[in-house]
Amino acid sequence: MSEQPQILFKYRNVENYSNIDVYSQHEGYTAAKKALSMEQDAIIEEIRISGLRGRGGAGFPTFIKWNGIPKNWDSPHYLVINADEGEPGTAKDRELMNKMPHMLVEGCIIASWAIRAHSCYIYVRGEYVEPINALRKAVAEAYAKGYLGKGIFGTSFDLDIVVHSGAGSYECGEESALMSSLMGERGMPRHKPPSAPLPVISGVWNSPTIINNVETIATAVPIINMGGAEYAKFGSGRSLGTKLFTVSGHVNKPANYEFILGTPIREILETAGGPLNGKPLKFFIPGGSSTPMFPATDKFLDLPLDYETMMANGSMLGSGGLMFFNEDVSVPALMTRLMHFYAHESCGKCTPCREGTSWLTKIHDRIMAGGGRHEDLDILLDICNNIGGRSFCALGDAAAMPIQGALKHFRHEYEALIPSQSLSKRIFAPLPLATAAH
Amino acid sequence: MFTAEAKEQLDNIIKKYPTKKAALLPALWLAQEQYGGWLPADAMREVAGYLELPPAEVEGVATFYTMYNKEPIGKHHIEVCHNIACMVRGSDDIIDYIGAKLGIEKGATTADGKFTLNGAECLGACANAPCMMIKDKYYEDLTPAKVDAIIDDLKK
Ligand SMILES: Cc1cc2nc3c(=O)[nH]c(=O)nc-3n(C[C@H](O)[C@H](O)[C@H](O)COP(=O)(O)O)c2cc1C
Ligand code: SF4
Ligand code: FES
Repeated sequence: MSEQPQILFKYRNVENYSNIDVYSQHEGYTAAKKALSMEQDAIIEEIRISGLRGRGGAGFPTFIKWNGIPKNWDSPHYLVINADEGEPGTAKDRELMNKMPHMLVEGCIIASWAIRAHSCYIYVRGEYVEPINALRKAVAEAYAKGYLGKGIFGTSFDLDIVVHSGAGSYECGEESALMSSLMGERGMPRHKPPSAPLPVISGVWNSPTIINNVETIATAVPIINMGGAEYAKFGSGRSLGTKLFTVSGHVNKPANYEFILGTPIREILETAGGPLNGKPLKFFIPGGSSTPMFPATDKFLDLPLDYETMMANGSMLGSGGLMFFNEDVSVPALMTRLMHFYAHESCGKCTPCREGTSWLTKIHDRIMAGGGRHEDLDILLDICNNIGGRSFCALGDAAAMPIQGALKHFRHEYEALIPSQSLSKRIFAPLPLATAAH
Repeated sequence: MFTAEAKEQLDNIIKKYPTKKAALLPALWLAQEQYGGWLPADAMREVAGYLELPPAEVEGVATFYTMYNKEPIGKHHIEVCHNIACMVRGSDDIIDYIGAKLGIEKGATTADGKFTLNGAECLGACANAPCMMIKDKYYEDLTPAKVDAIIDDLKK
């Protein structure tokens, strides 16, 4: 197995690392001080060279976002941190905020300075009371030391950070819904280009806004410390550096791990202790519940886990939620549970998603109850095609993609649940109700 | 009614945002705390008055979010994650086990009002499945023995 550099998790096990003094004894706030002595454009250049891409799911290059804030913009503009972490299978931001809250605060200082924002809001999902408390304590400590507030670190730069609690909604992780929620509205997504401007032009409170995931912002700290070029030595292609992965399901040592992007999935599996109790695996989901699954065959286990490879094979790196499932798990049963989740979380704003997720759920329930019909599988795919690309935000796609993956690789498991005579029954049975009424 | 201390807290929160309306979610959290764990109509009206928002708007926002309780709940709200990473590590058995132990079905509250049992979506503790949340606290890597210890402790 290759050596795995621990860049974000370097001091993960240091006791009291969440305390500002302990954090400072371990290279803490050196990157913030360095950044404040750099030109803003030079910081963004380091981020560009590092190859850092968004760790929240979509993988958008971070420097492009940061560059989007209009130069010499004097009016208010904002940095918003997405700490909503609701994608099933993902638990990395929680550990990061609990154990190393100052790294996030430091990352916020670097990013705010780079985009010249004086206000930063960290939007944390409401269930994360412990991380919220850890962050609030860290922010208070930073204010007390003069690292936040007026003239931070003795410079003329002012910065405030507010830790904001959500109140339970997966959809609030979608960036435009999160911004609505932060402004005190329902967590509904807003219009996107071309019908409305990007957040960098008009985000929260109609001001230019950068929104990034917790891990993305924390990663700015080691990048500034070591330099973008040094960071970019890890990984290859457009997948550079390291990333946190939550490994869960049927493995012996489920946990959060840091790996170089492009590490073979088999190596990650071995680090996580291998299949639980040695029982053979059937399939895995590479990047959180919204990303299509792969069979746990040599072909797929040997793939390097990076943005390009996952995409080329019909899935996504997503948020880094790697879930393994053994032969005890029924694919249709698992998908049924997942569809209930998406139907529950659909905000109801647009028809393809609201109706589509409800139908995907009903058809799965019917198949699981033994009442499935032969044409149901094609209906499922039809619904998925209808949701995909037609819904208002990416939650619709997030619900459709797992079904497409399941039917691509495990259609036989669905077919086995459908009574064999269902096809003929359906064709020769008299048409219900509509005909009877005449 | 908000106590004087809560009002002061709310005033401080309002200062942190460019608009009063942005303080709505924090204000509802505060109200839920003040009103014993849920949001009766009075609580929402009070928040609306304080933030100068139409009451209907406050209610619309409060009902959108699952963590604002629209009716009283048990003193200890047990929420067991039933999403996929937990499901395959036995969360359904844990829910059944707690249900049997407390003599209630999922979604119900015990007769003494002490416990409410619910399923929950991914809590972000997937690597420590199965897991649950009771009020503000997470409990992870659950087994029946662990559940016994936790619930017996809360019963005291
Ligand atoms: C339904 C839905 C839920 C999402 N949830 C999260 C989340 O919890 N955390 C997150 O960082 N991004 C989430 N995203 C992605 C965000 O919309 C956005 O891409 C991300 O915050 C950008 O930050 P990044 O560029 O640093 O990754 C979600 C997207 C969708 C469609
Ligand atoms: S896709 Fe779903 S979650 Fe997104 S706006 Fe439409 S209904 Fe709401
Ligand atoms: S699936 Fe249960 S905590 Fe994530």
